This record gives sequence, C-alpha cells and structure tokens, in this order.
Amino acid sequence: MSFRPVLAALLAIAAVGLVGLPREARAQVGATISQGVVEPLPIAVPAFSGAGRGADMAAVIIANLERSGLFAPINAAAFPERNLDIGIQPDFAGWKTINAQALVNGAITVEGDGKLRVDFRLWDVFSGEQMLGLQFTSTPENWRRVAHKISDAVYERLTGEKGYFDSRVVFVAESGPRGNRVKRLMIMDQDGANPSSLTDGSYVVMTPRFSANSQEITYMALRPTGSSIYLFNIETARSETLGRFPGMVFAPRFSPDGGRVAFSIERGGNSDIWVMNLASRSQTRLTSDPGIDTSPSYAPDGGRIVFNSDRGGSPQLYVMGADGGGARRISYGSGRYMTPVWSPNGDFIAFTKQQGGQFHIGVMRPDGSDERILTTSYLDEGPTWAPNGRVLMFFRETPGGAPRLWTVDITGRILKPAPYQGSGSDPAWSPLLN
Amino acid sequence: MSFDAKRAIRLALIVAATASMAACATKPKPQPGPGPSAGPGPAGPRGPGPAAPIDTRPIPGSVQDFVINIGDFVYFDLDRYDVRSDAAPVLDAQAAWLRQYPSVKIRIEGNCDERGTREYNLALGARRANAVRDYLVSRGVPASRITTLSWGKERPVDPGSNEDAWSRNRNGHTVIVEGAR
Repeated sequence: MSFRPVLAALLAIAAVGLVGLPREARAQVGATISQGVVEPLPIAVPAFSGAGRGADMAAVIIANLERSGLFAPINAAAFPERNLDIGIQPDFAGWKTINAQALVNGAITVEGDGKLRVDFRLWDVFSGEQMLGLQFTSTPENWRRVAHKISDAVYERLTGEKGYFDSRVVFVAESGPRGNRVKRLMIMDQDGANPSSLTDGSYVVMTPRFSANSQEITYMALRPTGSSIYLFNIETARSETLGRFPGMVFAPRFSPDGGRVAFSIERGGNSDIWVMNLASRSQTRLTSDPGIDTSPSYAPDGGRIVFNSDRGGSPQLYVMGADGGGARRISYGSGRYMTPVWSPNGDFIAFTKQQGGQFHIGVMRPDGSDERILTTSYLDEGPTWAPNGRVLMFFRETPGGAPRLWTVDITGRILKPAPYQGSGSDPAWSPLLN
Repeated sequence: MSFDAKRAIRLALIVAATASMAACATKPKPQPGPGPSAGPGPAGPRGPGPAAPIDTRPIPGSVQDFVINIGDFVYFDLDRYDVRSDAAPVLDAQAAWLRQYPSVKIRIEGNCDERGTREYNLALGARRANAVRDYLVSRGVPASRITTLSWGKERPVDPGSNEDAWSRNRNGHTVIVEGAR
C-alpha cells in the first residue's frame, strides 16, 4: 500500500497535464516527480517455482510491465533469494537492499486432470504486506495468457488503472514493393507472440477494427473489381460481407454494442457516412453534404459519433449524434485532422494530424479542448486504443520505407516500437479477453 | 472462380506489359550522335546494302495503342480533384479514341500521394476517378462503359518519397478492362 500513492500521483500528473490546470498548479504537482519524468517503479519478478514454464511466465510478465513504461523490473542477477516458496513469506530485508518496491512470486502446479494451476502473490516490500494473492487454472497451452492476466492484476493493483496485457492486436502485415504491396490481415498477442495470418494476401486489406465486446472484427477489402466490408469472427472463423454497394465502401467501425457498423459509402465521387443494422441489414444515411465524410467512430455510450470531414475546406474532426444530427466541428488547431477514434473510457479522442510536412498522433477531449500532440514523424497514422484507454498503438513509416507498429501512452512520454519485428500497419487493439 | 482467376492473371500481364511500354515511351529518345564516319572506306566485298527500315507501332485499337499514343494517366494538384488544364487534351484524346472503339470498356482508378491518411485518401481518389469519368462522359463516352475505383494511396506509380513522386502518384489512371483489339 505504501508505494501505491506514489505511482497514483505519477499517473495523476499525466492526467493533470491534460486537464489544463493553471501553469503554477502544474509546476507544483510536477515538482513531486523529477523534471516531469515518470520514475518507473522498481519491481522484482523471480522465476515462478514448480512445474515447467516458471522462468518463461516471469519473462512474459517482466516484458509486459517494462513495456508499459511505468515499471522498472530488476535484473534477476541481483536477487537476494531464489526458488521462492509461495507458501513462505519472502525475506523482505534482502529485497529492500536491492531497492525492490514490489515483489511478485508464483508457483505452477499441474493438476490431476492435466490442467495448469498458477498461484501468485504481489508483495509490498517495504511494509511486508501482501497486496494480491490469486490463483489461475487453465490448460497448459494457455500459460502465456495466464502470465498476461497476472500482469494485468499487478498493473491494476499498483497503478489503479485497468490492465491491457491479456489482449490481442489485428493488423495488416505488408510485404513486396511499394507499388504493389501484398497486404495480409494478421493477429498476434499484444506482446507480439503467436502471430498468424487471417487472410492470404491475394487482395488488399485495410483498417481492421474490433468490436468492443467480442472477438469480431470488421475490415475493408479492395480488389480491382471494387471494395467490400467484411465481418470476421476470430473464434469461429465465420466471415461475411455487408453486401454489395454501387460505389466504394470503406472506413467501417462497430457501434459499442456490436449491433451496427458505421462506414462510408461513395457515390459519384462523394463519400458520406451510413450505418447498417447487422441484424436487420437496414441502412441509414447519417451525412449528406458534398464534402468527404469518413472515419466514423462511436462514443462508448453509443450516443455520438466523431468523424472526419472536409466540408469546411480541409479535413477536420466533427461530432454528431448517432442519428446524424447536430454535427459540430471540434478540431480548431492549425493543420489537418483525420482518423478520430473515441477512447473506450470516453474521455479522449485520438487522431492523426498532418501539419507542416509532419504527421502526429494526438489526443483531445471530446469537445475539442486540451489537444495534446504525442508523436511526430514523417508519417504517423491510425491510432487504436488499448482496452484501458491509456495506451495507443499506431503505425509509423519512414520516407520510402515500410510501416512499423509503435505504441505511445497518452502522456506522450512512453513511445516505443511495438513488439513485432515485421512490417505492419493499421493496428486494431482488441478488448480484454475473457 | 478459376475463370476469374485466369482473367485476373491475364489482365495483370497486360497491365504489366503496358506499364513497361509506357515507361519506355516516356524515356527521352536517344539523340543521333557521332557514329561511324561516312566516306571512303577500305575496298572489299559489297554487302547487301542498308536494311530497309521496319516501322513498328501498336495495333490500332489495342491497349498498347491507347497507352502509348493516347496516354492513360492524367495528374492532379495537391488535395485537388478538378481536371487540370494539361489533363484536358489527354482526356479529349481518350474520349475520341473511346468513341472510335465503342466496344472498349474502361475502369478509371483514382490515386493519391502518401501524404494523407488511408481512409481520407480512398475518398479523395474516388473524387479524382469521378472527375475523369465526368469529363469523358461530357465528351461523349457513354457512362455505361465506365466504372470507377479508388486505390487511395495503395498503388503509387512512383515509390519515391519526394515532391516529384507525389505529383506522379496523384493521378487518374484509365485502365482498359475489355473490348480492345
């Protein structure tokens, strides 16, 4: 308990910066951390004891926590004790000497029915208090997911925010020359493990997006004969299209309840936003002005939609009711604003911004206030929210190069290549798995 | 399915062939330089004499004819989709050719440079494709012979990342899909 306020304060700093307090208030709070830099929390995660995968599970947890930027896992070479018994209190005096503030220990047991049981405890080293004691049981091949669930539990207990590690990412793997890129839909765990292809690359795929409450995605396919929007269930491999349309269809995104898909339909060169009810297949037109209207994204309560329109002369962000009424521009900074995505928490809208020859990923409040630019490069595009609404994944392209996946937290301080070595674009982060 | 696949492969081959021809066509023609000097040469046996030139040109009404003699690309300004003044003569010639060969059907593909987002560029490419379509229709090409498609920024003709490449990648590409000789 003793260190939780420290970390909570760090996260509060991040939030405060976005709320836009007066300058002196910011400086005051900022003084509690060194030069406005988040100090990652030192944490020790020794190899779990017991059968098999103990070191592997610890490695997965360490990598998750370290990648979040909020934790500094301590090198195992420094550990004062090894082969910790989950049933015995750790020797806290020893862990204090290496400055560990938190300690995770765990044990793996193979049950009579072949199932894997993992017990773990999270300790506050300075008070000696047990902060968590949890037990997971699953099939042995699920060991990585158990490690992700433990990571989520530790992250949530120590930061006060929901975790995001037991989740997956669908993205577009790119290969071949620029003029004729082969684009395959792929899925991987959020830490880059278990990548596998969902489409064969025989047609161009773009912009996959997850349903907020299921393992279903929607994406766009583009062939010389035209475009189509697919629904694809990752667990059942069931695939279907939204149907045939006279013009281009693109930019699909689920409503928060998963029952509808909003997307753009182009007719005679003009793109407008429509919504299809997936049960009845009825379509409703939401916009009808002569500008480009695209990239719709629902608020998590389903009541509003943020979208991209150039009706005012350049691409900007607008918010309208989910029935298409009351459209109001929210982006007023200089530059072009595109690909808005509403946070699953509802508190921010992430976007791609193009200004002065550079591209940026940024966030703003749903009313357009408190804009914050998080990244800058030759081409940064297409943010997607981690399920906890604190981290974004996007893709970055260098001049003439192939795109790569990156992550950034909503303070902009923790910017890292995503843990996938290949070329990828258009990431879509899943909700937490069950 | 296999028919479609075969057809797609054939189309791809034609597109590749015409694209490479187009690339050749845009290269500057070699200028005559100092060759072997004429004049009295060493005496010897008489050869068959200079070979008569053979004129090579695309079959009228073929895809190659359209690509080389008419031009299958027109270009657009940054963020614009109105037909440029230098594009109008090309599209006039396309329309005349298409009127001359009424069985030809075309697909107009709109393309964008990489300096925009995928989704916005899909919409912008559709505007460009439709601007070309509307122009051809206004010059007497029946709309029933034309389909449009936007590739957005997915199919740059120039892989570079500079102004020159971007200006070439902002285009409307008239692709013959059937009916050529």
